[in-house]
Amino acid sequence: MAHSNFNRDNLTLPEKFFSISWPFIVLLTIVGAIGFMSLYSADGGHAEKWANPHAVRFAVGMIGLIITAMIDIRLWLRFAYVFYGLCVLMLVFVEIKGHIGMGAQRWIDLGVMRLQPSEIMKIGVILALARYYHGRTPEEIRNPIFLLPPLCMALLPVGLVFLQPNLGTATMIMMVVAAMMFVAGVSYWFFAIVGTAAVAAVPVLWSLMHDYQKRRVITFLNPESDPLGAGYNIIQSKIALGSGGISGKGFLQGTQGSLNFLPEKQTDFIFTLFTEEWGLIGGLGLLGLFVAIIIYGYFIAFNCQSQFGRLLVMGIIINFSLYIFINIGMVMGLLPVVGVPLPMISHGGSSMLAALFGFGLLMSAHVHRHVKFTRRGMDMV
Amino acid sequence: MNRDMERYKEFSRRALLVGAGQAALFAALAGRLGFLQVIEQEKFQMLSDRNRISMRLVPAGRGEIMDRFGVPLAINTQNFRAFIVPEQTDDVEKTLDKLARLIPVTEEDKQEVLVQMARHRRFTPLLVKENLTWDDMAQVELNLPDLPGVSIDEGEIRSYPFGPATSHIIGYVGRVSKAELTDDPVMSLPGFRIGKNGVEKSFDETLRGAAGQVQAEVNVVGREIRELKRTDAKQGHRLTLTLDADLQMQCQEMLTRHRSASAVVMDAHNGEVYALCSHPGFDPNLFSRGIPADIWEELLADDTHPLTNKAVSGQYPPGSTFKMVTQLAAFEAGISPGMRVFCPGFYMLGNHKFHCWKQGGHGHVDAVQAMAQSCDCYYYEVGKRIGVDAIAKMARRLGLGERLGFDIPNEGPGLMPDRAWKLRRHREQWQQGETLNTSIGQGHVLATPLQLATMTARLVNGGRAVKPLLVRTIEDEGSQLKNWPSLGLDPNHLAIVIRGMNAVVNEPRGTALGARITEAGYSMGGKTGTAQVRAITAAQRAAGVKNEDLPWRQRHHALFVGYGPITDPRYVVSVVVEHGVGGSKAAAPLARDILLATQKRDPKKIHTVDEAIEAAVREKEQREKLRREAPGPKKPPSSPRARKEG
Repeated sequence: MAHSNFNRDNLTLPEKFFSISWPFIVLLTIVGAIGFMSLYSADGGHAEKWANPHAVRFAVGMIGLIITAMIDIRLWLRFAYVFYGLCVLMLVFVEIKGHIGMGAQRWIDLGVMRLQPSEIMKIGVILALARYYHGRTPEEIRNPIFLLPPLCMALLPVGLVFLQPNLGTATMIMMVVAAMMFVAGVSYWFFAIVGTAAVAAVPVLWSLMHDYQKRRVITFLNPESDPLGAGYNIIQSKIALGSGGISGKGFLQGTQGSLNFLPEKQTDFIFTLFTEEWGLIGGLGLLGLFVAIIIYGYFIAFNCQSQFGRLLVMGIIINFSLYIFINIGMVMGLLPVVGVPLPMISHGGSSMLAALFGFGLLMSAHVHRHVKFTRRGMDMV
Repeated sequence: MNRDMERYKEFSRRALLVGAGQAALFAALAGRLGFLQVIEQEKFQMLSDRNRISMRLVPAGRGEIMDRFGVPLAINTQNFRAFIVPEQTDDVEKTLDKLARLIPVTEEDKQEVLVQMARHRRFTPLLVKENLTWDDMAQVELNLPDLPGVSIDEGEIRSYPFGPATSHIIGYVGRVSKAELTDDPVMSLPGFRIGKNGVEKSFDETLRGAAGQVQAEVNVVGREIRELKRTDAKQGHRLTLTLDADLQMQCQEMLTRHRSASAVVMDAHNGEVYALCSHPGFDPNLFSRGIPADIWEELLADDTHPLTNKAVSGQYPPGSTFKMVTQLAAFEAGISPGMRVFCPGFYMLGNHKFHCWKQGGHGHVDAVQAMAQSCDCYYYEVGKRIGVDAIAKMARRLGLGERLGFDIPNEGPGLMPDRAWKLRRHREQWQQGETLNTSIGQGHVLATPLQLATMTARLVNGGRAVKPLLVRTIEDEGSQLKNWPSLGLDPNHLAIVIRGMNAVVNEPRGTALGARITEAGYSMGGKTGTAQVRAITAAQRAAGVKNEDLPWRQRHHALFVGYGPITDPRYVVSVVVEHGVGGSKAAAPLARDILLATQKRDPKKIHTVDEAIEAAVREKEQREKLRREAPGPKKPPSSPRARKEG
């Protein structure tokens, strides 16, 4: 075994490059290609508007992924809090700018693309939490005092995102945080208490929600209550999905999509468009690809030597699976319409960037899975 | 290291728990997907088709109505309409204001659009203004870039070239009322109009045609992407009437001499109605476009009833025009034409005095003289002798007392009383005095001008049961002309009656002598009638109050029935001048002018367009049949002209 001889702590760049898990990259590329194809269909067989930018973003994101993967994981650990802090600053910036510009503004104009800080914020939170729990001993974790820093780290961005207002992302961040704390070993009691408190907080949250958010929840519970208004999206989505049947209507043949009955078909409802044309077979195939990526992630997590790597990978795949679950659950009428895109399929720069950056971190954990390091990311001697 | 191992184990346990949770969630997704796409597939397929497939009706052109010579009486003309699609404009009101600067859009029009907007989906085109002129249309078309959501659509509107002159015959069209709604899908079309009166109403289904249907794939805003299936609309059938538009115009013009009058000109032999006038009329074109409320109110309030076709619906006591009926009944009952009755100017029944119209009396009169001078006493006497039932029976044979089944709606039935009627209606015995009144066409008797014309036709056509006919041919159904059965009247009796009617006009002492036709080559006979609207009181008679001095409403109706020419009569006419005072003064001159005009035009002799075409087709068939039967040397197919000439 040639590989067993190299220095596991200090890999050369080519070594790093070749230890990237290429089958994983292939999986991601297949999903990206499905996205390209769906966006091509969404614009009635034209690539210019959505599909081509999607391909370009995917390519750029993929390069970013490989670069991210080759950056030493200890650096990611060292700069985790800094990254987190930058994300929070961006959120605050958007919040202030939004106040000035009136209404909900969720993005920063970078010229080439509009960056939604809330998408990147999730990764910031994951990095910060992974670093935090990497440095905690089991005794400390069992101590309730040590719950405070991660809770603060979670609530700061959640609060900011909630104010945007972006209920979907706020919920997602909380769920990612909860899942990470769970795998980090926080006591079951904590989750029992927080769970109870969350149920108790529902009425309070309800009163804080914007009207359109409330309407979404009501419409979710009974879409037929407003078939031409708020319930329209979900009814049309179900019609599109259901009418696709087992084998689908065929590529570019989806009537709900091409005749514009389906709203937001290039973003939130892209899964609907895909399954209308490709049917149950296509839908289950795509779900299968997502599941394969997640399972792959689990293998990577289990192979990591460091707690930081393991928690980082878990955070990334939990975040990824939440995207998928919320988006697909939403278009099938299982969840309220909260505006969560389908990663690597939906049109949109930030979600693509965030997804591929996340996978870059995951790949970095994989590449550096044998690297051992101290609580602060220093080399272990 | 030990501690690390412990952490790893804890991590693995927890991660697997999270993984199990994820597996459950993804299983839920897969299950839901399967549920929607397999179990509920059929339902959603249907909903998806309902979404994308839209049925659109294609309006059918309404059948045209022509006169006997092909002159159009009711046609379809272009109707430019302005629509607005609320979805395509940011501010509907602003766009309407802009539009109002170009074409006359009133505040009410705007309000109506806003009301409709609340009721329809935002992509439904809403009607802003109909009946735009060409210039208005061009103005809008030119400024369309500045008028987001506005579009111009070309529909059809019914138009009546002769306007008021044919309004009572053709009727008019209007929006479908709730009561008229049937399951015919064409009625749901926004521009659809249904026949409301006249021929438009009675032949509505023939004229309506069948709507076509387009099945199209539409997108979410209702725009058609492609057509899936189409059945073409079927234009409504064309009607050719028996009417002569030119004669109709002339007659209608003549009626304007009086405040309220009606006239019928028909063919004595086949019943074709050449003219059917009721004055005053109204403009049916107003109805196609939606009649303004004030004009409508005015028409309703007018005591000359412009909306009513008085020639068909108006019921009047026939007065002396009824005397032919009494006369014929008397002959059939065995009374000799030579029998004389003495008229001292009144007739005593018991101690009740019945007046003759002539105060001094007519002296001794026989049947022909009685008719010519319209002697009431003669008819009192024969009426008393034969009884009311004999008169009523004859009246019905001649077409009075019941509907004739005419081609336009609201036909008046008239009224022919007899003993049974009196008992049924008033639960009283018939009085002999009533017989006397009936025999001179007064009392309970009522008849429409159409019935009077029919009666006259039956008298002069040799006693055949002719009925008036208005629709000559229906496209696809052909000619509606019929042969009429005989009534079984004695020709000798009829001849004496006609002699009497001739004497009325053309002999000295005839009541209509002043209205005879003097122009060489034309002639007429007939009978005057003056119908009391209310009984003349003894006081009025004593004071010698002239009827024309009374208020209009209380004056007598003036009637005349006539025929022409005298030898071999072809045309009959009936005229009623409402409150025209006297038959000989008001109605007879009018009837004379009409009969003269009719004879001059002689619509019967002129070939109609249809007949000309039919004859040509028959001729062509005959030729082709001959050629097929005798195949001579074949002519080269390249010389169609030679074939045509040969």
